[in-house]
Amino acid sequence: MSEHSSSPLKTYVTIWLTLLAGTALTVYAATVDLGHFNAAVALTIASCKALLVALFFMHIRGASEKLVKLVVIATVFFLFILLALSMADYGTRAWS
Amino acid sequence: MATENPQPERVNYLNKEYGVGSWLLTTDHKRIALLYLISITFFFFIGGFFALLIRLELLTPAGDLVQADTYNKLFTMHGMVMIFFFLIPSIPAVLGNFLVPMMIGAKDLAFPRINLLSWYLYIIGGVMMLHCMLTGGVDTGWTFYTPFSTAYTNTKIVEAGLAIFVAGFSSILTGLNFVVTIHRMRAPGMTWSRLPLFIWAHYATSIIQILGTPVVAITIVLVAVERTLHLGIFDPKLGGDPLLFQHLFWFYSHPAVYIMILPSMGIVSEIIACFSRKRIFGYSFVALSSIAIAVFGFLVWAHHMFVAGISVYAALIFSLLSYAVAVPSAVKVFNWTATLYKGSIHYDAPMLYAFGFLGLFTMGGLTGLFLAALGINVHVTDTYFVVAHFHYIMVGGAVMGYLGGMHFWWPKISGKLYPEGWARLAALIVFIGFNLTFFPQFILGYVGMPRRYYQYPPEFQVLNVLSTAGATVLGVGYLLPMIYFLWSMRYGKPAPDNPWNAAGLEWKTASPPPTFNFDEEPVVTWEAYNYEQLDGARKEEVPVAG
Amino acid sequence: MALAKRRFPLPDSQTIPGQTVAVHGEGHNPALLHHFAEQQQQRDAASLGMWIFLATEVMFFGGLFCAYLIYRLKYFAEFSAASKTLALSLGATNTAVLICSSLTVVLAVYAAQHAKRSMLLGNLILTIILGFVFLGIKAVEYNEKFEKHHVPGPSFQFNEVNIPGHPGQYANPSHAQIFFALYFVMTGLHALHMIIGIGIFVWLLTAAWKGRFTPQYNTPVEIGGLYWHFVDIIWIYLFPLLYLIDRHP
Repeated sequence: MSEHSSSPLKTYVTIWLTLLAGTALTVYAATVDLGHFNAAVALTIASCKALLVALFFMHIRGASEKLVKLVVIATVFFLFILLALSMADYGTRAWS
Repeated sequence: MATENPQPERVNYLNKEYGVGSWLLTTDHKRIALLYLISITFFFFIGGFFALLIRLELLTPAGDLVQADTYNKLFTMHGMVMIFFFLIPSIPAVLGNFLVPMMIGAKDLAFPRINLLSWYLYIIGGVMMLHCMLTGGVDTGWTFYTPFSTAYTNTKIVEAGLAIFVAGFSSILTGLNFVVTIHRMRAPGMTWSRLPLFIWAHYATSIIQILGTPVVAITIVLVAVERTLHLGIFDPKLGGDPLLFQHLFWFYSHPAVYIMILPSMGIVSEIIACFSRKRIFGYSFVALSSIAIAVFGFLVWAHHMFVAGISVYAALIFSLLSYAVAVPSAVKVFNWTATLYKGSIHYDAPMLYAFGFLGLFTMGGLTGLFLAALGINVHVTDTYFVVAHFHYIMVGGAVMGYLGGMHFWWPKISGKLYPEGWARLAALIVFIGFNLTFFPQFILGYVGMPRRYYQYPPEFQVLNVLSTAGATVLGVGYLLPMIYFLWSMRYGKPAPDNPWNAAGLEWKTASPPPTFNFDEEPVVTWEAYNYEQLDGARKEEVPVAG
Repeated sequence: MALAKRRFPLPDSQTIPGQTVAVHGEGHNPALLHHFAEQQQQRDAASLGMWIFLATEVMFFGGLFCAYLIYRLKYFAEFSAASKTLALSLGATNTAVLICSSLTVVLAVYAAQHAKRSMLLGNLILTIILGFVFLGIKAVEYNEKFEKHHVPGPSFQFNEVNIPGHPGQYANPSHAQIFFALYFVMTGLHALHMIIGIGIFVWLLTAAWKGRFTPQYNTPVEIGGLYWHFVDIIWIYLFPLLYLIDRHP
């Protein structure tokens, strides 16, 4: 990556404030009884925050090459495989 | 004595600097490869020693050579040493380290100091494992299933686990180095579709090392924590699930078998192309099948758990996926066979090993499919059928490929030629010894002999004796190359730059190569495996640049 | 500008007469290692290397997330009860601390790229301070857990704790112990990575103080930053998973 690739400071501060707001939001959402959706909401907010950090603070968004994006996507994919296929066992044990 | 050279000996990576320090602090990938060669050969003998004791015990139906607890330790240490300290590092750390930069036209790997660190981590892990073995060892099987390993056994699980943890980081760093090198350090003109299949194979292997090893690392941490603090993560008495351990363990350990076989497949591609004087048939299919094996290999781990208590629906899914993962391997075998067709076949020692690989890997692979079928799996799980299956792949496949590769590139590595007659004999002895050792085990397993047992019903004795006899022959077959490789370093004929007239950038530089590999940075303008060009242009030099 | 001190220096004596080495231009950057052809290649290699290392870290923590997922579904009641005993305000504060530290990190990278020395030094120092604040708060939390006998092991106690939403039902201590085992391993491993991160930034601070980073060469700051952001992202997931399972009043 060459020298000119960093986003302007304004973007950084905006993302920072968004992340803090997201934290407040997730704490608030945990106090509301959404039943099974509490977990989904919490994970969604966390994933949005993680995405913001990755895209803007880790400069994936400005990356000239697709390779870094491929590394990230591949990693997330294999983590997902670990979780999903393990759940294929645990989730279906009660059916037998 | 070595033949007299009319000119003074060229400076190469071996004679550039002398002294222990210049070796132990080297960052030259070729020297690090040799450091690894010595260390993994050492551990190969340790693992082999345990195998010898196992086979000696199994000569008789009664448990009479060692006690039951000792036998448990023997097969455990055999497995742990062979898998973590021999097979996993072997080809990538020796031949991969040596050849990857050269094959792509680079001066070194992307991170030479991390490469050296990898070796030191391997040594530290190895020393820890040695200490563990000498002070009592482990008796859980190399798979250290819970809750036996966490709550019941009195052996040194934590120490062995930490040794493997450290060695695992060696593996991760090697993989990381290769991926970055292959992406960032290719010479001008070396496009992805011109890469030798050896490189594609190591790239795929590295992906597995990077993504899989950390999971077994954290599993070891959890086992260590559970064992020391008596937690209940894996202990059913405290609400834990032993199968969680197995899921986490096999998530790495199944892809690990592809770490062991993929580099060997890469070697076989190089050898078959060279000794058929032909481009590998279906280059892109073979290249992409390496990637496919790496990806699919992560989707099948629970086929090691079919009888452990997973849900039958999960077993169905994993069984289907296991059939899918065999397809890319089959693609390779068909393409190698098609390469041989109408090729100009030469039966040099490397090619004999490649032929051995083709047959034995196919058998191992097919028996893997038998195991993937749930019905058969129930019958042969935890029997010698499984033992035979994986030894066909790991010894008949991976080790044959490794030996073939060592012979093929020995002139490049050492600058000397090994004695071809002895090498062909050794290859034959290995092949015969291997089949005599492991084919009876398929039968033994099918008729019901369990694995990890030190005694068995008398009617199984004949097959066991055959197996042990075969192991002795196999041992001779392994010793011969050790002897004549060492012999050749002092007495062998000096090797030319390209004794096989093979394709590949590594053959375009001296044997042994200079420290920075090439006198001038190569510029690649030809396709991989350009054997028509090489054989047609034998009279004139194939230009390096332009 | 000072040369980066390398542990295994590559002396010029490695150029053998008669063997041309590589295509270094006149006056190449002294931080350029000899096996690279140019600075950009070295930088790209370092960056890709760090990203791949982070991939291994994701999988390393991933095993723990897998264990967590399975046990949370299996023992949701105990996980809720145990989670409620964690100090929410401290956890939330720590989340904010790390988010602020990610800002200071990215500002430090910006400063290095634009040759702003005091901005660089200031943000590196702030990052380190925030890292210590995080660890300090964590220490307070761990101490509290120790005092309440929630540390897994022989002295673990979790008796007569009500399951949230089910008054009169008590949590099974063994199952709660699994939560705390995962809590300590996950946050402990995370804290270990924080400590390593602080170490990395102390090293960056020293190097920056010596003026080693310029707009042409600031790769260590960049890749050190990547590591720090990763540690932040792990915490972004740990916080809701461990602290916010059931906070309904």
